[in-house]
Amino acid sequence: MADPLLRQPPTLATTEWLTLLPPATRFVLHGDAAVCSRISDAWGAELSAAACRAGSRGERAALWLGPEEFLLLSFAAADADAAAVGAMLAARVADLPHALVDVSHRQIAVEVQGPHAAAILNGACPLDLDVSAFPVGMCTRTVFAKADIVLWRTALDRFHVEIWRSFADYVTALMGEIARDYPA
Amino acid sequence: MSPLRTASGGRIDRSKRLRFSFDGRGYDGVAGDTLASALLANGVHLVGRSFKYHRPRGILGAGSEEPNGLVTVSRDSARTTPNLRVTQVELYDGLTARSQNRWPSLQADLGRINDWLSPLFPAGFYYKTFMWPKSAWKLLYEPVIRRAAGLGEAPTRADPDRYAQRYAHCDVLVVGGGPAGLAAATAAAASGARVILCDEQAELGGSLLGDGRSSIDGLAAADWAQRTAAALAAHPRVTVLSRTTAFGYFPHNFLGLNERLSDHLARPPAGLARERLWQVRAGRVVLATGSIERPLVFPGNDRPGILLAGAAQTYLNRYGVKAGTRAVVVTSGDAAYAAALDLHAAGTEIAAIADLRAAPDGDWVQAARRAGIAVLPASTVLATAGNLRVESITLGRVTGGGVEAGETLRCDLVLMSGGHTPSVHLFSQSRGKLQWSEPLQAFVPGSSAECERSAGACRGVFGLEEVLADGYAAGADAAPEPTPRGTQRFTVTAPAAAVEPYLGTLPASDPPGKHKAFVDWQHDVTIRDLALATREGFRSIEHVKRYTTTGMATDQGKTSNLNALSIVAKALDVPVAEVGLTSFRMPYTPTSFGSFAGASRGDLFDPLRRTPIDGWARAQGALFEPVGLWMRARYFPQPGEDMHAAVGRECRAVRSAVGAFDASTLGKIEVVGPDAAEFLNRLYINQWNTLAVGRARYGILLRDDGFIYDDGVIARTAPDRFHVTTTTGGAPRVLALMEDYRQTEWPDLKVWLTSTTEQWAVIAVQGPKSRELLAGLVEGIDLSAAALPHMSVARGRIVGVPLLLFRVSFTGELGFEVNVPADYGRPVWESIHAAGNAFGLTPYGTEAMHVLRAEKGYIIVGQDTDGTVTPDDAGLSWAIGKSKPDFLGKRSLQRSSMQGAARKQLVGLRTRDPTLVLEEGAQVAASPGQTPPMRTIGHVTSAYFSAVLGHSIALAVVAGGRALVGKTLYVPMPGGDLEVEVTSPVFYDPAGARLNG
Repeated sequence: MADPLLRQPPTLATTEWLTLLPPATRFVLHGDAAVCSRISDAWGAELSAAACRAGSRGERAALWLGPEEFLLLSFAAADADAAAVGAMLAARVADLPHALVDVSHRQIAVEVQGPHAAAILNGACPLDLDVSAFPVGMCTRTVFAKADIVLWRTALDRFHVEIWRSFADYVTALMGEIARDYPA
Repeated sequence: MSPLRTASGGRIDRSKRLRFSFDGRGYDGVAGDTLASALLANGVHLVGRSFKYHRPRGILGAGSEEPNGLVTVSRDSARTTPNLRVTQVELYDGLTARSQNRWPSLQADLGRINDWLSPLFPAGFYYKTFMWPKSAWKLLYEPVIRRAAGLGEAPTRADPDRYAQRYAHCDVLVVGGGPAGLAAATAAAASGARVILCDEQAELGGSLLGDGRSSIDGLAAADWAQRTAAALAAHPRVTVLSRTTAFGYFPHNFLGLNERLSDHLARPPAGLARERLWQVRAGRVVLATGSIERPLVFPGNDRPGILLAGAAQTYLNRYGVKAGTRAVVVTSGDAAYAAALDLHAAGTEIAAIADLRAAPDGDWVQAARRAGIAVLPASTVLATAGNLRVESITLGRVTGGGVEAGETLRCDLVLMSGGHTPSVHLFSQSRGKLQWSEPLQAFVPGSSAECERSAGACRGVFGLEEVLADGYAAGADAAPEPTPRGTQRFTVTAPAAAVEPYLGTLPASDPPGKHKAFVDWQHDVTIRDLALATREGFRSIEHVKRYTTTGMATDQGKTSNLNALSIVAKALDVPVAEVGLTSFRMPYTPTSFGSFAGASRGDLFDPLRRTPIDGWARAQGALFEPVGLWMRARYFPQPGEDMHAAVGRECRAVRSAVGAFDASTLGKIEVVGPDAAEFLNRLYINQWNTLAVGRARYGILLRDDGFIYDDGVIARTAPDRFHVTTTTGGAPRVLALMEDYRQTEWPDLKVWLTSTTEQWAVIAVQGPKSRELLAGLVEGIDLSAAALPHMSVARGRIVGVPLLLFRVSFTGELGFEVNVPADYGRPVWESIHAAGNAFGLTPYGTEAMHVLRAEKGYIIVGQDTDGTVTPDDAGLSWAIGKSKPDFLGKRSLQRSSMQGAARKQLVGLRTRDPTLVLEEGAQVAASPGQTPPMRTIGHVTSAYFSAVLGHSIALAVVAGGRALVGKTLYVPMPGGDLEVEVTSPVFYDPAGARLNG
């Protein structure tokens, strides 16, 4: 077993509206409806049949990113051993064509929250983030200025943002610059 | 208080005095003033010199249509903005403004000589005048023209202000906050729609703010505007943006709005953004952009003190300023009568109303006569006089037989009105089709290209009651849900006015063009220029525009377009509608660069990507180089070392002991699925289905044109799983190309792609002692040559963390690449270094990596290849899977031109002087002593000094190069030809014994 103390994730200064989430276990899953159905059972969080929707249960979530493509997320301490989690999931779909790839360390997650959360994101993300167009539970791959992000609305005024690790400084620094126009 | 300031009324606060300076002289204004109204209140009309002739120019308008009053406003040397319109600059205490395009002063400008020399400067003079002698262009003409060109000066220091940006979406975007826009936003908001309402002025209301005669729903027009705007601002689904110009209309209802946040403040709070760029995607757009009063074209119509009638009325009613003491009003219809009557009531003497109509009559005319104002029918203007301010006007009388000279009236103010031109700039930008309206003598919106509708004066609806109804209907139509009340009637009392527009030159006794009658004030275009252009054969209005510069640049023909058009139409003897209108360009008014740049400056200009090991390298004092968006450690100098010494030491360490290199930026793609091998077979030139699990192969990817696109080691980690590596810079485009083929060409294949570039930290451990070093750290992998030969891969653990270990080498030495999940990268790197001390482990950077690979003749895609290199050119045809039926680029490679022996081939070059390092990019010639144009047969792609070999090395691509090994070639340089010997590209350990150790 890896010594969890050894893991050195990127660090970020937390503000009133920005929180760095702890390291997570993450997989990108590709597979058809049969794969999704079995993984939904194993994962607990449902793999949505509808586009751009996230299913979540406890500290696990499944984000629809594209046809036959999901991001599986877990912040549960029990899921910290990604290899073991991956083996458990792969065993459920061993007889079906699929791709399960560990991306736990590829990206980090931050939460943007508060009354200006959508406005701060809209400083560099061109999507319509009004709750009528981007309701709670919606997720998508999108851009934040010159970086790719995955955006997931987890509450009316809270967004979960997945950022590739080397873009984290850029994205969060730009968020900070934008947030200057929205004093708390 | 100035005698030109009225005692009461207007939307100003007379109790708040503001000091400001213009051209170094101090003046008083009041809160609510624009720079224009404050100057007029001080009797200042002269605000600038015209562009070409340097004629004295005064304020013409009251809004963004102002063509003359361009000034520079400075807060400090970095906050200096040229070309601001005096009519749009809001006054604040301490404002400092300067006029432009004059020297030594506005009153005495030497450039005025151009006016007397104007016969030398006809339209297109610069196309004709500066043709010869040719040598004079660089020495004389260009420097002089550059000095004379342009208006104002750019600030000399970096812009210290912040500029914000944001995206926004709405159901209905209403552009313009006059009566039509307010009504439209009210209707859309009532339906529950998300609404954005923007207006370029400080206060919403548009024409209502200067309208002292009308009332709406029992309120004075300006009060109704204020109440309506406040109600909209309080609405939770409505965003009201004042000081916000919709400057561009882009496809699919995407509009750019520029909001000015701090320019109107005397002391902007620190950190407040100066401007905000709104990029708005609107479901529907309501254009309520109003209209612009049309000036009249008559001789001397550009003197200071000659204003648009509506502008003078706005100055009086909105700003409490009388623009003069004795005025002559020249008008084509009823429109100017209200201005005349208002000014008359305020105490400005109206010497006469010169009406162009033969027999003017009606309520307005009678009201003027009742007020004792002389109304002169069938009038025209023959001349004006006055240098820095108009002093008199000479009228004429149009009779059956021609024009008779009329009386000359003394005045300090001339008000003119040729009717109103609908503002169709944004509609035109949206690619909507305009149509000619004969009664309005103007173009109005015809068919829309976007989900858009114009409302009010911008589509030729002029009466206030009709405008409000039209605006409300447009807003209700635009809303996705019906408005609860359906249609709304506004109770309006407003005097009716006949719309009698005038186009073109006023009747004159002299032949047209004898005197300067201006059409485009901003670009100094007269009727003479337009006539000349048509005489010289220009027929298309687009060509006339460019030849004469009418309607161009920042002004976009706001006051000039239609008069120019009608003059050209008359000269060509065709109907105006047939001449057509030039395209309106964005921006509607000049927009600062800062708002487009936003936060994308300095550190936030681009993402700066750093690896997990970056912090360690920085702490060691490494020097970095950018590779794509990545920052990579280039070398690790020890005290006293320069780059040459450090790189030499790093290279020797790898060849003699062991080195460690941060290769984390390497692109990585996990290709997974039952058809993964088949997928790679079709893409890469190599054979993949025969590759055993646990083994790796050097893969080459071509484009469909047969040229090398990317390369990298690809390992099979499971029967259905490949770990593909790409070049650092190529990762995104390789993944995109793979996805393209996967989704569009071979959707039948069960295979999926996942980028894993950032999942893994990669540490290359290279050198004869690398195995020994790693053996003490790695668990679960037999590192022996038999168990883990060159080009193989295995899973295990290193210092307790999960490990994917490659036996690969980009140095030619025994080598490994340690892949660990990225969060472990730094601690594993540090553990390897701690253990490596005993083996002489040396960290090395990208520069040593380049030298080491060049010593082995390994190419770098993009350095040794340039998009025209085939695998055979690079000496890599051995990699092609010969038995494969197809792969990307295979057919292109079969073309005869791709197989000729004279193609440029990769070779090595040795300089005769072993210490001399060639310049990368230098040309290679077969014979010495050539003079340009030389015949060259290739070029140097890589060149280094090899500390290990003790001499310089170079890679080059040379025509038929492999057949030239042993021959002498020449590299022509400024100091003479350098002799080089053609060699194999492999300089070090050609047998590969070290690699396979």
